[in-house]
Amino acid sequence: MSGVAPTTPPELLGSRGSRLLGRMRPSGVLVAVLSTFVFFGVLGYLIVTSPGWPRVQQSFFSPEHFATAFPDIVVALWKNIQLFILAEVLILVLALGLAVMRSLPGPVFFPLRLMSVAYIDLFRGVPSILVVYLFGFGIPGLRLPGVTNDPFVLGLIALVLVWSSYVAEVYRAGIEAVHPSQEAAARSLGLSRLQGLRYVVLPQAVRRVIPPLLNDFIGLQKDTALVSFIGVIEVFRRTQIEAGGSFNFTPYLACGLVFLVLTIPMARFVDWLAARDRRRQLAGLAR
Amino acid sequence: MAAAGEALRIEGLRKSYGDLAVLRGIDLTVAEHEVVCLIGASGSGKSTLLRCINLLEEIDAGRIWIEGVEITGRGVNVDRVRRRIGIVFQAFNLFPHMSVLRNVTLAPRKVLGLSRAGADEQAMELLSRFGLADKRAEYPDRLSGGQQQRAAIVRALAMKPDLLLLDEITAALDPELVAEVLDVIRELAAEGMTLVIATHEMGFARDVADRICFLDEGVILEQGPPSVLLTSPSQERTQRFLQRVISAGRL
Repeated sequence: MSGVAPTTPPELLGSRGSRLLGRMRPSGVLVAVLSTFVFFGVLGYLIVTSPGWPRVQQSFFSPEHFATAFPDIVVALWKNIQLFILAEVLILVLALGLAVMRSLPGPVFFPLRLMSVAYIDLFRGVPSILVVYLFGFGIPGLRLPGVTNDPFVLGLIALVLVWSSYVAEVYRAGIEAVHPSQEAAARSLGLSRLQGLRYVVLPQAVRRVIPPLLNDFIGLQKDTALVSFIGVIEVFRRTQIEAGGSFNFTPYLACGLVFLVLTIPMARFVDWLAARDRRRQLAGLAR
Repeated sequence: MAAAGEALRIEGLRKSYGDLAVLRGIDLTVAEHEVVCLIGASGSGKSTLLRCINLLEEIDAGRIWIEGVEITGRGVNVDRVRRRIGIVFQAFNLFPHMSVLRNVTLAPRKVLGLSRAGADEQAMELLSRFGLADKRAEYPDRLSGGQQQRAAIVRALAMKPDLLLLDEITAALDPELVAEVLDVIRELAAEGMTLVIATHEMGFARDVADRICFLDEGVILEQGPPSVLLTSPSQERTQRFLQRVISAGRL
């Protein structure tokens, strides 16, 4: 019996260039290094010999200003991280609810499907900054008793609403990618529709969409800067304060750097996951 | 009212997909412990009939009784009905994200409320019986087609169904793996399990069936014991179908 799938070594399964160097021979590496030096050397030369360079260097690449602003910016980043983590948890839950609502079949569930579609169309269709503004300034303006005026909370709500609509569509794609025969198998065993969803469809759906989910979270990480516009002193607002106080733009550079420190590891993690999935798929096909 | 000892009764079953009438009035009664094979060309409605019995398809007209209880009436709890009817699919439909053992124990635990230990014990008993005990921790894609199909049969049996429906369960298998699956079915038949089997394996149908039904264009055109139906069918269309099967070397 041809029972066990042979575990094909990954290097035999064609890499599709997701890794930077791929499979290069030593001579190839040498060429890559040389061409990289030449390319960036020329680019750097053009920049530093441009007429405005001394001035740009002074206002964007000032080591003293960087050293002064950087510690404060790192401290302010903590607000964004809090915001991001809280939002991510809430989004995962809310979006799953939306996606499940949208996937319910039959005429009985039409109102739920309608609500889900309307919600997604609305919040995916307007600029995030607009939602942040409406919540940050609109809700306090209503002067409702017992409702918070905390811009952090209001900004959090706005981000959750916006990004849930994106994430719900990612979930939905995953649910639809699970073959209907899986649900048929679950139902044929006597599982209810919800049990089939919970134990059979969703676990497979979520596994498939983890890379695109993480991709959306990179977008969310960057969008946390939007709450600066409604008065939260987070990393971007702190940067503006630093820059305004010193009449120097170097803090913006520092701000960009700390965002990259957040998002690049996530991006590499997504790449790694996608590559692993592709290897698994190929290993499955290689049988 | 259905008579005692009757596992399944179908009257006037009709099912269409849009303009395409797949089942055009099926009447069929299956006694307890009986093995009925459905034969017929592709598209004759065998699979649809099985899916209708399991209420996986909504039927357009007709009535179905299981053990004398109608399952097609209004307000029937379909989940409850499906517990009593097992079905095994052509494409196995195992859950790829679960080990063999979890595939088998999912429904007993979540539907019947068995404890994990109880469900595991029952599942291991069945898996051992069908030679899959050492595969319990494997995921379906690590098994051969024959092993996957046997695991799917075990999964259906774990719900202790009164009636087991088999939908072309060897059609997706390599020829050398067909026998191990058919042997399992022979064993179930010998134990007295009530079986309704859609199949293209005429030799197997001849061996295992108490009765063979020939489906043609959505009706049961002819039925009878294998010795009669496979050797001297009375309908011309049955004869022609069997001739094609014989010339293809399948009987």
